[in-house]
This record gives sequence, C-alpha cells and structure tokens, in this order.
Amino acid sequence: MENEPGALSRVAGLFSARGYNIESLTVAPTEDPSLSRMTVVTSGSDDVIEQITKQLNKLVDVVKVVDLSDGDHIERELMLVKVRASGKDREEMKRMAEIFRGRIVDVTDKAYTIELTGTGSKLDAFLEALEQGVILETVRTGASGIGRGERILKVQ
Amino acid sequence: MELTAGVTTELSGAEITVRCLQEEGVEFIFGYPGGAVLPLYDELFKQEKVKHILVRHEQAAVHGADAYARSTGKVGAVLVTSGPGVTNAVTGIATAHMDSIPMVIVTGQVPTHAIGLDAFQEVDTVGITRPCVKHNFLVKDVKDLAVTMKKAFYLAATGRPGPVLVDIPKDVQTTKTAYFYPQSVTMRSYNPVIKGHSGQIKKAIHLLMEAKRPMTYTGGGIVLGNASAELTQLVRTLGFPCTNTLMGLGGYPASDPQFVGMLGMHGTYEANMAMQNCDVLLAIGARFDDRVIGNPKHFFQEDRKIIHVDIDPSSISKRVRVDVPIVGDVREVLQEMNRQLAAAKERPDPAAVKAWWTQIEQWKSRDCLKYDRTSKIIKPQFVMEKLYELTKDMDLFLTSDVGQHQMWAAQFYKFEKPRRWINSGGLGTMGVGLPYALGVQLAYPDATVACVTGEASIQMCIQELSTAKQYRLPVKIVNLNNRYMGMVRQWQQFFHGNRYAESYMDALPDFVKLTESYGHVGMRIDRPEDVEPALKEAFSRKNDLVFMDFITDQTENVFPMVPGGKGLSEMILV
Repeated sequence: MENEPGALSRVAGLFSARGYNIESLTVAPTEDPSLSRMTVVTSGSDDVIEQITKQLNKLVDVVKVVDLSDGDHIERELMLVKVRASGKDREEMKRMAEIFRGRIVDVTDKAYTIELTGTGSKLDAFLEALEQGVILETVRTGASGIGRGERILKVQ
Repeated sequence: MELTAGVTTELSGAEITVRCLQEEGVEFIFGYPGGAVLPLYDELFKQEKVKHILVRHEQAAVHGADAYARSTGKVGAVLVTSGPGVTNAVTGIATAHMDSIPMVIVTGQVPTHAIGLDAFQEVDTVGITRPCVKHNFLVKDVKDLAVTMKKAFYLAATGRPGPVLVDIPKDVQTTKTAYFYPQSVTMRSYNPVIKGHSGQIKKAIHLLMEAKRPMTYTGGGIVLGNASAELTQLVRTLGFPCTNTLMGLGGYPASDPQFVGMLGMHGTYEANMAMQNCDVLLAIGARFDDRVIGNPKHFFQEDRKIIHVDIDPSSISKRVRVDVPIVGDVREVLQEMNRQLAAAKERPDPAAVKAWWTQIEQWKSRDCLKYDRTSKIIKPQFVMEKLYELTKDMDLFLTSDVGQHQMWAAQFYKFEKPRRWINSGGLGTMGVGLPYALGVQLAYPDATVACVTGEASIQMCIQELSTAKQYRLPVKIVNLNNRYMGMVRQWQQFFHGNRYAESYMDALPDFVKLTESYGHVGMRIDRPEDVEPALKEAFSRKNDLVFMDFITDQTENVFPMVPGGKGLSEMILV
C-alpha cells in the first residue's frame, strides 16, 4: 500500500468494521520508500477470504493484494522469550535453544533471553516444549510472508 | 501558475481551495461558517463563480449537496468547520456513502501545530469519517493542497462514486505557495474497471437466451451510471420483465408494461414472486441488499442462474453467490450487451416467455396495493395517487423522508426518468426530505420540486424552512401526518404485540403556523374531498413554498411486507 499516514488505520478499521478476524499484523516500508508492505494473518471461510481480498482492494491506499496461502510460500515470525535459567536448568535451556536453532541474546545469572525465528507453528512448539513456569515474558512480531520461486508481489 | 520574469504568483491555501472548486466547475457549495474555515469563507466572499448556500445545520448542508449530486449527476460540494461542524455533518456523509453519491466535503481543522492537543473545536475528522467516506485526506502541507483537491474530485466521481473528505488545517489555509492545478491525476492504487469482459458478456447473453422464466433486477447503479437508455433498450429487445429497487426507480420507465413494480420488503406481489421464481436473473447496478432479497437461505432454495453486472467487484458475490459476474461500468457493459444481442442469432423461447408473462399477470391480478377508497379519513395512499395524477406531466422531482410515506411514494408514484426520485435508501436517514428538496430546486430553478414527508421526519431538519426562504426555493411539502412514527408503529403492531413504545408523536406543532412564521404558505387538510383542491392550489403557486399538512389515517400499514427473516414469497398481504 501507499506509505501514507492513515493507511494502516484504514486496513485495521476495515477488519474491525466488517467483523473480520486479525490474528496478527505486521507492516513496514519496502525497498521503495513510497510503498509499505503489510502482512495480515486472518481466518475465515473461502467466501469471507474472497470478500476480505475485494474489500482490501477497494481501499484507495491499497495497491495490490495477494493471498499467500493460495500457493507455495515462506512464512517467518520472530519471537523474543525471556526464560528463567538458574543453576542446573541453564544447560537444559541452552540445549532447548540449540534444538530449535534459537540464539541466546541476553544473559543474567538467573535468566536467558532467546531469539527465535520460524513459522508460527515452530514458535508455538517451542513455547509448548518449555516447562511450565519457566517463561518470564514473550514478545512476537506476527508473521511475514513471501511467495516461493518466481512468484513476486511487485508494483509495476 | 503565472511566471513573469522569474516571479511566481503565490496563493494562500484558502485561495487555492476556492480556485480548485472553480476549476472543477462547482456551482454551489453548501455550508456553514466557523472559526476553522474563516480564511476559506473570506476567499469565497471575494468571488462569484462558486455560490455558497448557507444552511441552518451542517447536516442539511451535506444533504443539500447530496441531492444536488443525485439530481444532476455532478459532484456535490460541502464546506463545514472543525469539531462540531464535522460531527454534525457525519450523518449526511454516511447517508451519501451508503448510496454511493459523489461529493467532496471540505472541512476546516485546527492549525497543524495544535492537532492532537485537544484544541478548541478539534476532533479527529479523518478518524471519525474514515468508515463512512470513500476516502479522506488531511492536508498537512499547502504544497499538496491542489493535487489533493484534484484527487478528491477524481475519486468522488469515478468507479463506484462516493463522498471524499478533505480536511484543511487553518494554518494551511493561510500559508502561501505557488499554485498549479493539474489537468489530470492518476493513482497507481486506484484503477476502476470500465469495460466488461466480453467473454463473460457472451456467457450472460447465452444464459438469457436459454431462460424460461427470466427476470431483470436493476438498482441505483443504473441511475449513477447514466445507463437508463441502454437498460430500456435491452429490456425491450429481450421482452423480459423488469423490476427496480427503491434506489433504482426511474431507471426503467414505470408506465411501461414490462415494468412489474418495485421489489423488496415493500415491493409489489408480482415483482417479488417473479424475483423468487425466476430461473435466470439479470442483476444490474444492484447489490442484493437485505431489504430486497429477504432471507438469503429462502432466496437460495430456488435453482436459478444469476448474472451480476456491477462496477464494484466487492459488491459481487458479497451476499449472494453469482454464476456470471461482470465487473464494469454499467453503461459500457449494457452497450456491449445490446451490440452482442443485435448480432446474436438466438432469441429467447417465445412460448416460455409468454407462459411466464401469463403467470406474472396472474400475480398482478392480486392487486396488492389496494386500499379502502371509501374511507372518510384521508388515506396516505390516496394523497400519493392524487399527487401523481396531478404532477405526472410536470416532470416533477420528488424527494422523500424515511418511513411509511417513503414506501407509499415509491409504490404509488410512477417514475419515467432517472434522477427524479431522491431519497435515502441505504442509511434511511430521517430529515433528508426538506434539504434534499432545496438542493434539487437550486440545481433546477425552473423545475417543480416536491417533498413527501411525515410529521416525525420533517421535524428533524425543520430549521431549513429558513434556508428555503433565504434562497426563495418554492418547494411543495406533502406532509402525511398520522401522529405516529408510522413505520415504527407498524413494526410494533406486527412484531411487538401492539406495544407502541415511544412511537406516538406528542406535542406536535401547528405546522401551518410554523410554516407561516418562516414566511411561507401553510395548509391543513383533513377531509378526502379537500386533497385534490389543496394539491392543485399548492402547485399553482409557482413562487411559494407550500406546506400541506394532510391529517391521515393512523391505522394504515404498508403492504405488501416481507417480514424480517422471511423469504420474498412470504409476504404479508393486505
């Protein structure tokens, strides 16, 4: 969409006004600073998804809309998790991070902050795998997506 | 922009705005002054091309511009101040938005450095109006102003039309910059489809040829798209029945034998039955609204093929799955359809169509709009019939408020041309009737303009009787006074056990005295034999606004009625 003030509000407003569900939303400028790219994770029947796509296209700020789940795509999300890690738990926590290919980005003698990227389900799995009560804080960015292969979302 | 030996003419934001309005050919701008728009009013005062119409409430300013747009097809223009000016205008803007009416609303805003600081008369205009405009802009830099105005008019008038708001902070109005008005503007994110896909059109024609029980269903899109002539040609060539929605009345000539009346919640029996029982449905410029199709499940239980022509892709398959969607400008698509039809060798099966018409005539014989003509109390339907009889050769513009009177007007007045029936369909805003009539009268100073209303609706914008006096607008007000909010009372009677909660209109004014206090002519009529003479008298007074207060039967209900949640063929009949 056009990188204009209010563009994000318009999309969020559209979803809330029409009762569509936003599971996550992420937006940032692209390599072309006049354009920003937004990725929204939503759910609904085929009819609802069709309406969402059409209503988004109708917004004057929106240049192009693509349903990534229509084809092969890559989905990535970033998560920062602060976990309790003292004494003998430290080794275990370090191993967990390695298994999930996460990185420890902050260390104190009682806690680690782990940075993890992957699909939403991988991040969910990591949180599931952790013991109860070990998670101190989590923050997730929401999913971003891109088509596989030659599939490009570009504005002519 | 004038360049003389390196010196550029610099204009203030306010001057630029007024110049832009002039460039766009704006005839009238409806508005109300206030602090945040004083620089704009100053510039309007200094010129004469754009005439300002001063209303008595900002809501009426938007309604006036709305009716101007509905009756002429041009883009309406509004000017209101910040804060309460904007919030008063929101009802009018939402009304225009629901019916896709092209207009540009210029609003004043507090200076840019004061935005967000809870300044005097500040509201988040762009935030508040975002859901009820086609698009809006907040102009933070005067250098962007001219292009923004150009974009606003372009967006308002093209594709599916709609209201566009331009919010201009006061300091932007007073800052100077070089003025240049672009001849055209393109927006990469906005490209409405004009031409329909010829393959889809071919499919549609083929389906229509195969139809045994075809039906044409047309709406406001025909009026907005100026496609009435093309539609008439198509329907006449095919020999199919045609129905209009409330918003589409006049799109097809009502006196034509192929017209089966309005359809929907208060549509005719024959129109609804034909719509329900058709096997091929050609929908043009209509959106399958809930007032029209009734219960969707019930509508869908019949096996029929649907062709849907609309300029807005999001309107297609929104409420109802269609078989042949055609996105495009309705006039262009209809022209192509007529071309393909003329060249096609197939024709619909004459025997099947004849049998279908026989069935339709049988439904028509039910005479669903009949009412008691022997009553000693004035029947509202009688007033509407007499109004039609008397004015049918005057090329009347009829505006309406909202409620039972609106439905009777739609049922009993036969509209031969588009842009003669001016009412709020989508939002159903009470109070529009009088400001609508004023907007139309300004657009067509020599035309005969009437407003049909109820005693509840007319009170919502009654202060506009003053505007009518100021600009000498001799509209004729047909007030169907039943001392109840008629439609509410009807629903309370049918669905809430006659519990008339808050629908009785207590403490009504003496409308005759009230009208006279504004300097107009008032009449009260309470006997059926006085109806025709009163109407004749009123319409003979070419230079007076006449308020006719008809005291009507309180017990009358609008029939047929498709109750909420019921199917089209499950009408309550008289």
